[in-house]
Amino acid sequence: MDQFILQILNGLDKGSAYALIALGLTLIFGTLGVVNFAHGALFMLGAFCTVTLSRFLSFEVDTGEVMKTAWGTENPVTEPWIYGTLGEVTGQTVIDWAVPLSILFSIPVMIGIGVLMERGLIKHFYKRPHADQILVTFGLAIVLQEIIKYYFGANQIATPAPAAFVGSFDFGSLIGFDANSIIYPYWRIIYFCFSLVLIAAVFAFLQFTTFGMVVRAGMSDRETVGLLGINIDRRFTIMFGIAAAVAGLAGVMYTPIVSPNYHMGMDFLVISFVVVVVGGMGSLGGAVLAGFILGTLESFASMQFVLERLPGINQIVIYLAAIVILLTRPRGLLGRKGVMED
Amino acid sequence: MFGLNTKDTRLLLIVALLVVLAPFLLNPFPEGSALAQFNAGYPDLMQRFVIFGVFAIGFNILFGLTGYLSFGHAAFLGAGSYAGVWMLKLLTINVIPAIIISTIVAGMFALLIGFISLRRSGIYFSILTLAFAQMAFALAASVLTPITGGETGLQTSLNDPRILDAASEGGNIPAPSIFGLQMRDSFELSVGEWLFTFNTGYYLSGIIMVLAFYVAIRIFRSPFGLMLKAIKSNQQRMHYTGVNTRPYMLACFVISGMYAGLAGGLMVAMDPLAGAERMQWTASGEVVLMTILGGTGTLIGPVLGAGLIKYFENIFSKINDNLLHQWFAFLPDGMEEFMVTIIHPFIGKGWHLTLGLLFMGVVIFLPGGLVEGGQRIARLFSRKKPSGKDGATTRTEPAE
Amino acid sequence: MSKTNVTRRGVLKTGAVAGAGLALPTYLAAGGHSGFANAPGDSSVTLGFNVPQTGPYADEGADELRAYELAVEHLNGGGDGGMLSTFSSQELSGNGILGRKVEYVTGDTQTKPDAARASARSMIEKDGAIMITGGSSSGVAVAVQALCQEAGIIFMAGLTHSNDTTGKDKKANGFRHFFNSYMSGAALAPILAANYGTSRKAYHLTADYNWGYTTEEAVRTSTEAMGWETVAAVKTPLAQTDFSSYVAPVLNSGADVLVLNHYGGNMVNSLTSAVQFGLRTAQANGQDFQIVVPLYSRLMAKGAGANVKGIFGSTNWHWSLPDAGSQAFTRSFGTKYGFPPSQAAHTCYVQTLLYADAVTRAGSFNPCAVGEALEGFQFDGLGNGPTLYRAEDHQCFKDVLVVKGKENPDNEFDLLEIVEVTPAAQVTYDASIFGGELGSCNPGA
Repeated sequence: MDQFILQILNGLDKGSAYALIALGLTLIFGTLGVVNFAHGALFMLGAFCTVTLSRFLSFEVDTGEVMKTAWGTENPVTEPWIYGTLGEVTGQTVIDWAVPLSILFSIPVMIGIGVLMERGLIKHFYKRPHADQILVTFGLAIVLQEIIKYYFGANQIATPAPAAFVGSFDFGSLIGFDANSIIYPYWRIIYFCFSLVLIAAVFAFLQFTTFGMVVRAGMSDRETVGLLGINIDRRFTIMFGIAAAVAGLAGVMYTPIVSPNYHMGMDFLVISFVVVVVGGMGSLGGAVLAGFILGTLESFASMQFVLERLPGINQIVIYLAAIVILLTRPRGLLGRKGVMED
Repeated sequence: MFGLNTKDTRLLLIVALLVVLAPFLLNPFPEGSALAQFNAGYPDLMQRFVIFGVFAIGFNILFGLTGYLSFGHAAFLGAGSYAGVWMLKLLTINVIPAIIISTIVAGMFALLIGFISLRRSGIYFSILTLAFAQMAFALAASVLTPITGGETGLQTSLNDPRILDAASEGGNIPAPSIFGLQMRDSFELSVGEWLFTFNTGYYLSGIIMVLAFYVAIRIFRSPFGLMLKAIKSNQQRMHYTGVNTRPYMLACFVISGMYAGLAGGLMVAMDPLAGAERMQWTASGEVVLMTILGGTGTLIGPVLGAGLIKYFENIFSKINDNLLHQWFAFLPDGMEEFMVTIIHPFIGKGWHLTLGLLFMGVVIFLPGGLVEGGQRIARLFSRKKPSGKDGATTRTEPAE
Repeated sequence: MSKTNVTRRGVLKTGAVAGAGLALPTYLAAGGHSGFANAPGDSSVTLGFNVPQTGPYADEGADELRAYELAVEHLNGGGDGGMLSTFSSQELSGNGILGRKVEYVTGDTQTKPDAARASARSMIEKDGAIMITGGSSSGVAVAVQALCQEAGIIFMAGLTHSNDTTGKDKKANGFRHFFNSYMSGAALAPILAANYGTSRKAYHLTADYNWGYTTEEAVRTSTEAMGWETVAAVKTPLAQTDFSSYVAPVLNSGADVLVLNHYGGNMVNSLTSAVQFGLRTAQANGQDFQIVVPLYSRLMAKGAGANVKGIFGSTNWHWSLPDAGSQAFTRSFGTKYGFPPSQAAHTCYVQTLLYADAVTRAGSFNPCAVGEALEGFQFDGLGNGPTLYRAEDHQCFKDVLVVKGKENPDNEFDLLEIVEVTPAAQVTYDASIFGGELGSCNPGA
């Protein structure tokens, strides 16, 4: 039983990651109709916003002393510049809090990248065949990740959560189980809550603001909205920026869970497309729902009890579920008719 | 000729000529010169060009004609490869049965996947094919290790039965061959500073590629092909006229899968190893990119796209700083360093970057792919004709 | 029709020139060396360095490449000579190999068997490489080794740790200096027993592919022989990045040790998850919960950051070793690149030297002669103490290092500390236990 509850927690946690990435993708792909293969790269760029900020904060400056290294070279002794500005204790705390701090840092950066991408490139591809969109965004994704690789290397970069969030929360004793039977790391709980808030914010934005209303109208009938004298293009640009920011934030918060490397976007690309399509094209709610369903299924499939009976099921469960759902529900979970069906 | 109209015959002959002369065309630089690095006329790469050409031609039969974007085509390549290696292990080292069985196995696999996936269209179809291929990949790399060799790949080994062959001698695994002629046998021709290699395996693959190309033309021009194009332009209307499109689509999917299997069979015939990553989504994505890069729906485009991607992968990844220094040695020291620094990110470990830029460049400046580029050049040379409309009609097939 | 594999450079040097359109096939190989593939000319010899330059192991590949460049420099008489002076066989004198200047070509394995083979074939067919070396995974090593066997080229494996490379997939033309899963298990078990006691219950998480299987098998067998019990062994997909659903059940499984049979990114991620779930600080069965990582590398330790502190594992070599060979290598590598070499760099450097030395002792580049010179070769001074290249399976037998993550690293390269140097005798096994056949050497022509 405790194992079961643990895997539900895991499922929610994984699901929130999938949902968050799929949410950004579906804003672009499910609604603007652009097949954006660079979405994974946006997720990766978000994670590297954190890396950049933490590198910046802990950028080392010479202290004037020199030390002889064990491999025979003379290296100057260094310390992070921020120690010099804020003192060692405050400086250390700021570095420790690099991940939460980079939320603030990444939002403008990611919106900027998104807007730049849409204005500079994607805009010209709205009317082009999907095949051309795939080629150009895939090319862009490669270029972005190679740039990151050039500066940060291919190895994973450890980006721990602040010390205050290390450790785990004992759910078990809360609901009457033995102590330590169901414990869950604080940071993962934060990730889950953070994604719920972000998802709610995006929904509220689209549902309750005039801007959101116009965008939703534009999605279903771009031409009429244009005829009404509303500049829908500009709004779509802003939507692209928001989608990039959502993807980026998902990446920022994910760094303590999986140490980022330049390739992490590609690893998430396929799964995010599967989630969006299983959720149904053009449906934000579908994408979120599909994210949680697939995340939970993946968690349950990795239980030893299941694996003993169905070896290898953990490798394929997501795809198997996708096939079953798409065969029973023609347009995914909540898909709209006629979106990307031809 | 061959039941083709003049234009198609000309295209086929050009392709056949290119295949025959490839060892010359791909080795334009003298051996030992600084530019010899860009020569692609060695057996492995020439084989890859034509084999991936077959793969891309087959993919284009599905995508170019019907507009159905399969994102799991690599599964058929992989299935064909495994079947091929098993034939080389169990039956005989002669590649003929391996190639035939690869094609058949891939066809059956495609029949199964196509039967299910074709219930949906558009993006839903793409994701279904992707899901099947990813499952095949994940299982082949892990729990199916006894059959597939897992992550290491399936290889021939010394104690394979090979029931049709005599026992192998000398403690070495026999190399794949066709009636005694080994795939890796080459005839080398040296003319002045140039060296040209004529490889058995390459010519076998080349002949098969030309045949595959011919069949593809016939399919494109047949009533069957016409039907597929009709499905592409408006499937709904086809339904209303009482045509059941499913059998046509399925036939097309299976043919396309068999092309992939043929490519897989040829790959293991040239080099007897089948790895699971051949089925991964990146491999499926690669053939999609090849086709779009070359020109979707055009006959020759996918072959060109396949060639270009494989060229970058194999040539650019092998350039290192050492070579750069040799190339720019004639410059003054400062300039030399500068040039090496400028080019360094694009070569060796940065070859992906060059490829990414190439994708973007082609799709931005040449909508319609490389074929479009070729036509633009052709148009430059025939200025007399009114440009624009005329150019459009010379395209073999519109892109979409 | 001539057999291929006549060296292209050799052909040119013999100057078989013919008029346009008229040509003669050539059978000649160069310089008195004939009867084998890619025989080098009189002035230079080309080696092929096939390392991952893209994909997750690109940094490891870059380090291997640095080591190769250093080895070439030393072989050609440049630099400070590195381990040439500490090597017990003093045949190499810095004038290249057999008086031929060493040149090299590089390629990208992408850590995919297919791509690695394509790259190796291009080196053999296009560049006339006489030896291929490098790689950062066993899948690649096994695939390229088989290719070299077919082509008649010597393969000096880079970083490959699976038993299969010199076990069931061993080949006469392939040689491995790096240690393997069996040795990791055999070296680790006594240390684990000494530190954690003999009544432990282990939970294995195993990467679901060949290397994972052999490593799990090795660690299980050797720890069970010490009295440990294996509670469960769960396979994890190679592509997994978030291991929470595999790590979460561990604490309540009755186990008190978690063994992570993961390498590279898998290990970094699974260890991160394990630490997040509090396994480092937990208690189970009345003992402190422990984590073990059978194969360590510095890059992994770096990726996992503070999480590796105090965790036991094994490694092939570490730059902080005090012997003269290790010191000499670390010094020349550190001087040239500004940081110490990784174990991957070390094994690649050593393999290049061993190859060059074998050629020199054999007096020929012929793969069969080189193979004979390497088989049963005993040497010292290359950083691992007295070492034997066993003839039966072409595997090196040498001391194995048991390390643990350092508690207070002085710098970003000082992440592991050596706990024990397990003597070679303790990790030596019978050559026949993994099956497979070497076959006979193939000179190619």
